[in-house]
Amino acid sequence: MAAPVERVPPEAGARAWKVARGLAKGFGTTLRILWQRKHTIQYPDRRRERSARFRGRHELRRYANGQEMCVGCELCQVACPANAITVYAAENDPRHPHSPGERYAFAYEIDMLRCIYCGLCEEACPTGALHLTQEYEMAAFSRDALVYGRRILVDREATEFTVPEVVYPPFEGRRPPEAPEAGRERAGVTAPAGEQEAQRALSRRQDAGSCVPEERRAVAS
Amino acid sequence: MAAKSLILVLLLLGTFAYLMLFERKILGFFQFRLGPNRTGPWGLLQPVADGVKALIKEDVIPAEADRLIYLLAPGISLFMALAAYAVIPVGPPVHIGRYTVPLSIADPGAGILVLLAFTSLGIYGVALGGWASQSKYALLGGLRASAQLISYEIAMAMNLLAVLVMAGSLRLSDIVAAQSPYPYALVQPLGFVIYLITASAEVARAPFDLPEAETELVAGYHTEYSGLRMAMFVMAEYVNLITQASLVTLLYLGGWAGPSWLPGVVWFLLKLGAVLFFFIWVRATVPRLRYDQLMALGWKVLLPLSVANLLAYAGWAALAG
Repeated sequence: MAAPVERVPPEAGARAWKVARGLAKGFGTTLRILWQRKHTIQYPDRRRERSARFRGRHELRRYANGQEMCVGCELCQVACPANAITVYAAENDPRHPHSPGERYAFAYEIDMLRCIYCGLCEEACPTGALHLTQEYEMAAFSRDALVYGRRILVDREATEFTVPEVVYPPFEGRRPPEAPEAGRERAGVTAPAGEQEAQRALSRRQDAGSCVPEERRAVAS
Repeated sequence: MAAKSLILVLLLLGTFAYLMLFERKILGFFQFRLGPNRTGPWGLLQPVADGVKALIKEDVIPAEADRLIYLLAPGISLFMALAAYAVIPVGPPVHIGRYTVPLSIADPGAGILVLLAFTSLGIYGVALGGWASQSKYALLGGLRASAQLISYEIAMAMNLLAVLVMAGSLRLSDIVAAQSPYPYALVQPLGFVIYLITASAEVARAPFDLPEAETELVAGYHTEYSGLRMAMFVMAEYVNLITQASLVTLLYLGGWAGPSWLPGVVWFLLKLGAVLFFFIWVRATVPRLRYDQLMALGWKVLLPLSVANLLAYAGWAALAG
């Protein structure tokens, strides 16, 4: 075992000198900072550029001809690790298609309270419809208002760019090998079948006490 | 006299409000920030906003509190703080026509003693406030605060005595007059430094702001106070700071003495501003002491040093006759 080291307390004079020197250094540091440029960003007046890869609020883009890029494939819903996305796809009406695909997002909601902005939905989207914008001011007064639906995600101007051309072939209705349009007319169905199905799914969910807000219900129905 | 008192109180409260803004601004500058600047140009209306906020805040009185003393305590603190300033002359007497108006409410022969009495009585507000809250934290905070104020007052008084020995008078205007040509900061540098330290401890300023020590005490003696009553404690603290800074100016920096191309009052205010800036600078630089460090510094370092300082100057005065 090593011999215990005898601690010699420093002499009072030396200690006082050390304290004084330390204080002087500290005072010098603060005084230097006093004249330096301030780091404050006057936030609402001035905003800092965010990085290009910043992930903020979602939007669902449209083509320049007004068609929605989202084809209701639900891959974003599958990819979402936080289960924030819910997609109710419905079949397009061939005469007035919402999207170039077979289906479109009849109801689309993102629970921004759950979203972790990982961007996996954006990665998963095969048509490039879903995009995380640079927007980050998303405060709201109620939790319901933070479940974004079509009204906020689709029905607004795209922030960055619109895709000029529909790269997918236009949807002209599903054509099963036998009796393409005939069966449908025979059954006397007015709305496309998929839409009704989606409607039923939505109402089931609402009966179960879901938190879909009033405005969203209006959009959905 | 009454008019002068009113003017003084209004001036002090106005100065207090803008001292707080000044402090917040300067502290901001010391920390790479801009400080308050959203209310009015350069944040100049911030004190007004703060005042309105303090007024409309919910005022809670603890159910078990000793109501009378609880309500009285902030008043005691503030009253003593304001009263102490009555004996501080802010400039040489002004001649208006055939009248000579002294720029203080009173300049008694025992000026320093009056001042010490008032500043010591201010502690009652702190201790009683802590006690009447019927909260253990507030009680401990009040005791801590009064123990601190009393221990530093002793070292401070020793320094004052050294000044009095040199000046040969208790009257503040005489002490100012005695400082020509050399202010006492040059004659008694050690006393000056110790006085600055004890003064900032006396008014519970950083690094000695242990009465508030919000990290350990949740505001100490005024834990249970809110709204305007809380604001009165803060007000008393800042008015005390102004008083102490004025005292430093009068005792060590030659008061209103200065080249005659500026009136005496302006010199006084400039020096006062410099001292206040120094206090803020200290707050921005030095971290808060621990309570045992505070006590050790007060009793083991500052008190012996100030006694030695007093003895040295008293001996010198006796020898010089």
